[in-house]
Amino acid sequence: MLAQLVRWSWIGDNLDDIGVATVEHLQLTVLSVLLGLVVAVPLAVLVRRRRWLEGPVSGIAGVLYTVPSLAAFALLVPVLGLTSLWTPVLPLATYSLLILLRNTLTGLDSVPEQLREAADAMGYRPLRRFLEVEVPLALPAVVAGVRVATVTNVGLVTVTALLGRGGLGAFILDGIRRSIPFPTSIIVGTVGAILLAIALDLALLWLQRAIAPWQRRAAA
Amino acid sequence: MSFWDRFVEWATTAETWTAPGDGLLALLAEHLRLAGVALLLSALIALPPAVWLAHRRRGRVVATVVANAGRAIPSLGILVLVAVLAIEQGFSTRFWPLIVALVVLGVPPIFTNAYTAITAVDPMVLEAARAQGRTERQVLREVELPLGLPLLIDGLRLAAVQIVATTALGAVVGPTGGLGRPIVRGFASLRGGGDVELVGASILVALLSLLVDRGTTLLTRVVVPPGVRRLQAG
Amino acid sequence: MISLEHVGVTYPGTSSPAVDDLSLEVAEGEIVVLVGPSGCGKTTTLKTINRLVEPTSGTIRVDGTDVTAVPVHELRRGIGYVVQSSGLLPHRTVRQNVGTVPRLLGWDAGRISDRVEELVELMGLEAELLARYPGELSGGQQQRVGVARALAADPPVLLMDEPFGAVDPIVRARLQDELLDLQARVAKTIVLVTHDVDEAVRLADRVAVLRVGGTLAQVASPDELLQHPADDFVADLLGGDRTLRRLALHRVDELDLGPVGPGADGLPRIPCDATQRGAVDALVAAGTDRAVVVEGDEVRGIVALEQLTGGR
Repeated sequence: MLAQLVRWSWIGDNLDDIGVATVEHLQLTVLSVLLGLVVAVPLAVLVRRRRWLEGPVSGIAGVLYTVPSLAAFALLVPVLGLTSLWTPVLPLATYSLLILLRNTLTGLDSVPEQLREAADAMGYRPLRRFLEVEVPLALPAVVAGVRVATVTNVGLVTVTALLGRGGLGAFILDGIRRSIPFPTSIIVGTVGAILLAIALDLALLWLQRAIAPWQRRAAA
Repeated sequence: MSFWDRFVEWATTAETWTAPGDGLLALLAEHLRLAGVALLLSALIALPPAVWLAHRRRGRVVATVVANAGRAIPSLGILVLVAVLAIEQGFSTRFWPLIVALVVLGVPPIFTNAYTAITAVDPMVLEAARAQGRTERQVLREVELPLGLPLLIDGLRLAAVQIVATTALGAVVGPTGGLGRPIVRGFASLRGGGDVELVGASILVALLSLLVDRGTTLLTRVVVPPGVRRLQAG
Repeated sequence: MISLEHVGVTYPGTSSPAVDDLSLEVAEGEIVVLVGPSGCGKTTTLKTINRLVEPTSGTIRVDGTDVTAVPVHELRRGIGYVVQSSGLLPHRTVRQNVGTVPRLLGWDAGRISDRVEELVELMGLEAELLARYPGELSGGQQQRVGVARALAADPPVLLMDEPFGAVDPIVRARLQDELLDLQARVAKTIVLVTHDVDEAVRLADRVAVLRVGGTLAQVASPDELLQHPADDFVADLLGGDRTLRRLALHRVDELDLGPVGPGADGLPRIPCDATQRGAVDALVAAGTDRAVVVEGDEVRGIVALEQLTGGR
């Protein structure tokens, strides 16, 4: 059955387009997760200083997470226009906000109070303590959040095809919008997105391990 | 006329809401029917194996694969793929193909959370429960399920929100998808005044998602024993 | 070396003070142990010295200088601080952990490296541990690294907060011995906090007993403390076997040993560096009331049970 669904010659003929779409897909994903990170990390630091903010901030992040991406794209079209890069990137970034915020907070909270105090007692000043003690220890949890956000956003970027972008999602839409549906194109878009998600996940998993050698060796 | 004026006019026209088959109320009903059936089927498919595997403390690899697959599979892709396969086999794309796709997306969060919920129960508590002479069935029913309930319901919440969102995408493949229809139609006719429907239906979908989200959270309050809830809070 | 004058600490949001009008002098090269039940403010008192806790009243001087007169991070870089093993930075190797304060002080890399290796040797740790992370060490090794780290910049003062709280009793006893050995060589001024009265008696030149509410109940040498507890609170804290415990503080050859008479051949033999408590133990075990005290092969004299039990 698969042999009938996938026309390999078509894939061979369209490798260039697939490559371009993959790069666009990657750009939208990376851009949105980075934007999410740029907002989430300072927010998490702020929440740690003003703990009462945790409720409202994660409440808002939760609402933004719950709004379906399709609706969010649609709501931004009249405001930002169909062609603006922000129309897809902004909802994708807010979508990743919740998990990134949560993991950054978990990471920072996981640094034992006794350790902060030990660092103080050795004469660390606040900024240096943050950079040399708290950040390295929180980083694995942050990267774990980035993994989840990235994999999720790779899937969501396909929906931006409705905005006329969408990287690999364009192949999916193209496959059904022809007068005779064309499964090969749909499979290229879908499988391409899955492979991209797996590749990014593995790369980030490697990063997660590489930045925390002490965790691996202590476990061994 | 400004966008806002057109929007108010559209929203205050009775026809917008009550047109048979295509009014917002009819679409809302369709949306709820699709999402409800999909959620129910997802739970029926996901919960028994998740609970059984978790109780036996088996299938850790399966659980990880399901969790990752759930995130990595693009909803639009699976939706369109199932629809096209259905068309090739000569089925209508209105109901069941969409349900199949929604179930594929709904199963992973329910399965993963239920599995995690039960395997996360403190082994000491389980040991004590068995030491008191409970049968395996009783251990599951009286200890693992009540203690795992909050996380298990959270899986249902994630699945429900995911399904409500993806149902709207169903409009891409055919005359289905409830409130997604005016959204997809709106994208196609932005210049022809479609932006009004686009925004109106999007607001409704967003509200529906938030309602479902709140609703399942409230469900936790009702279903979860007070002692377990306090445990969560602390 | 360290002086606390009328120090009081009241935490925000609480009405009763954690430490109340506490005055204490610690002389150079002395080990003072703060001991007391939980909630007596012993750790709070310790932390006022390196300003991890700011006192609400009173003055603290280290080497004659008011601790509030210097920037807090500079003060702290000049005071070694040892806590339970979790005080090591888990993401840094042993080498990096021990070298922390010298690095903060801006030493050059070569000097730091030399100092770290010197300290690791001083603490009896193998050089191959330098590349490991704290998570890869045993509890005892972690604790030695913690002490090495505190000594890194050669501070005159060492503060230790329940330093041996996380290790098992056997390792704890060995670490206590090592601390006394180390102190004989480096002669720091040490303030140590513990809830373990035995540890206090074993390590201290002077013991400061605190009661709940953060007031001093008694400051005395271990011997004095065991012999003359100031009140019932101190006596209760020390426990019932005070007299026996006191015997553990003295060597058997501190007693006036009797001349060796006939019949000494059948008596048990006790080495002269044994504690008096050890001697009681040996006598009770052998079922005799006399024993021969020896130094190697040489006989030093006879110890009698009544000398040990006489409450001398």
